[in-house]
Amino acid sequence: MNVRQLVEPDRVHRTVYTDQQIFDREVTQIFERVWVYCGHQSQVPQPGDYHAFTIGRQPMFMVRGKDGQIHVLHNRCPHRGVQLVGNQKGNVGGALVCSYHAWSFQLDGKFRSTPLPHGYDGTRVGPDNPDCSVKRAARVDSYRGFVFASLSPTGPSLLEFLGEAKVAFDDMCDRSPVGEVEVVPICHRVIQQSNWKFFMENQLDALHPSVTHQSTGVAAGRIEKQIKEQTGKAPLYYHYLSAFASKFEQWDAVQTINFPRGHGILKAYMGLRPQDPDTRAHEAMLVEAYGPDRTEEYLSRGIHHVLVYPYLSVQSPLQQLRCLRPISPGKTLSEIWHFRLKGAPEAIYRRSLWYYNLVNSPATMVNADDLENWTKGQWGLESEGGDWVSFHRDHGGDSEQDGVIYSNHGTSEAVMRNQFRAWVQYMADTL
Amino acid sequence: MASTPSNGNPPAPPAHPDGTPGARLAQDIVIENAGGDAVGAQAIAPDHAARAAPSPRPVPEVARPTSGPTSGPTTGATLDTLREIEQFLYRQSELLDGKLWQDYIDLFTDDGVYWMPVTPEQTEWEGSPSIFAEDKHMMEVRMGRVTHPTAWSQAPMWVTSHVVGNVAIEAEAPGEWRVRSRFHLMELRRDTVRHFGGTYRHTLVRQAGQLKIKLQRVDMFNAQAPYDYVLQVWV
Repeated sequence: MNVRQLVEPDRVHRTVYTDQQIFDREVTQIFERVWVYCGHQSQVPQPGDYHAFTIGRQPMFMVRGKDGQIHVLHNRCPHRGVQLVGNQKGNVGGALVCSYHAWSFQLDGKFRSTPLPHGYDGTRVGPDNPDCSVKRAARVDSYRGFVFASLSPTGPSLLEFLGEAKVAFDDMCDRSPVGEVEVVPICHRVIQQSNWKFFMENQLDALHPSVTHQSTGVAAGRIEKQIKEQTGKAPLYYHYLSAFASKFEQWDAVQTINFPRGHGILKAYMGLRPQDPDTRAHEAMLVEAYGPDRTEEYLSRGIHHVLVYPYLSVQSPLQQLRCLRPISPGKTLSEIWHFRLKGAPEAIYRRSLWYYNLVNSPATMVNADDLENWTKGQWGLESEGGDWVSFHRDHGGDSEQDGVIYSNHGTSEAVMRNQFRAWVQYMADTL
Repeated sequence: MASTPSNGNPPAPPAHPDGTPGARLAQDIVIENAGGDAVGAQAIAPDHAARAAPSPRPVPEVARPTSGPTSGPTTGATLDTLREIEQFLYRQSELLDGKLWQDYIDLFTDDGVYWMPVTPEQTEWEGSPSIFAEDKHMMEVRMGRVTHPTAWSQAPMWVTSHVVGNVAIEAEAPGEWRVRSRFHLMELRRDTVRHFGGTYRHTLVRQAGQLKIKLQRVDMFNAQAPYDYVLQVWV
């Protein structure tokens, strides 16, 4: 298999979305090597608290140690392989104890004890044998409270990996007067019956909203207008939805910035600064904490979405994050989280909560149509009705500087071209 | 490796290190509780315990109608009222299954709310993540969306079947009832059937002689399970 033959500058072969062998290679060469998001530190506040997830195909969990450090471990007992934590989240107490034969481990995974230890006299089992400790993620690091792990002992550091996309976490945290967010302890999980790339491409695809989400945009715009006429002012959250029906030209006027490693930003100002008392109170808090210049810098970042390729979509102005866990070529789990700005007024949380409920809940009025597109897209690409996927829009019409591609049209398919540039590097480097 | 004796029996096991003779049968080994000391996994890690105790969830009282053959605790609701409420809930199911969205929305008071929290512990419809948290205006947005010609997700054939049961009046005030019921919902979309179930809690009021929904709270028992696709309309 030569992946370079599957990816041309302006089109890709359909099999990159459908082929099992390619997917298997993606798992081992991309997802099980890059820095993968584990969770936020506030998900495991107390020693023994754990949160389980997958990195590629590896069931993992992060657990808070007695010293406050967060460890990321494989969810597997070194004795007979039984998983050590049995829920998505919980608390294991002061030690990890296997439910099968009570091999036990410190919270950092180190071998601790077994029942009847003389049974292992003269064998290889003991605290000095690393095979008897729970296997740890090769590398763990965090940025502004967001915990990441890599199963590869070598490779770029977390900050090198994130590159400019780290602004996703800055843009969230800087909106808090204490520079921190905390997790809202609910995770919506939605299965996408499509390859993970559909989601990643869609997130910065500025042409699709007016097509895919027209029904919701129009319906919300009608009620928004009606409320305005009746009361003079409609709540901001109607605009969250009605904006989806913006004209093609409006979307074309935004810009995407496409970074190395496939990351990207959809630059569009979300207009979250109405002159209401809550917003003013929030801004006054930030000025108090950071001074007027930095406050202005923080609040005027033109960010709609930030993508951390290949699995994270962050809507930092609204503190929401979607994380992909690919399951198979045609099946992807998405985990959808929301965060609170520590120390900010309750009203600011509630304002972003409307977006979380209307757009990102399992009763979403927006992603319902995205999921339908991606399902049908997957079926189309599994067919032999054609071999290639077109990414020709504005090909040759973008600007590139120092490896960063700036679209000159919001609807440029620079986003997809850039993602596949990174994809080829990840996939081909190891061949 | 020990060779098998010529009589075909397995070789006798060696004596146990404590000196007991070799052949111990399983039934000879008596396993006793050590009398209060930690045993098993607790002995290995005495501090190994789930920290969060399950929060007790009281079983709600079932109020009985005053008239009719039953006796006992009562909200004062008459059997006629209970019947009327049951019929109301059955009609609600039919409206949803019939995709009669406007008729369904009309069941709500002007300040009515449809709310599906994520967890049973939530008490307010605003201020924490919900699956649905919609006043009547937002319900009209949802109806407008699914009936719009470019609601692409509505193109595939889909149908639902609701069953409502276990209807009980939890509390009653003049002209207002709090009603608990259970529902089961099957949905067929394209070739796939999904199942949802849970508890409805309706706050009903009487307006101009008609029962109306002030609040429909829906606690879906599988609210936090992964969703294969989404919920497009009210459950």
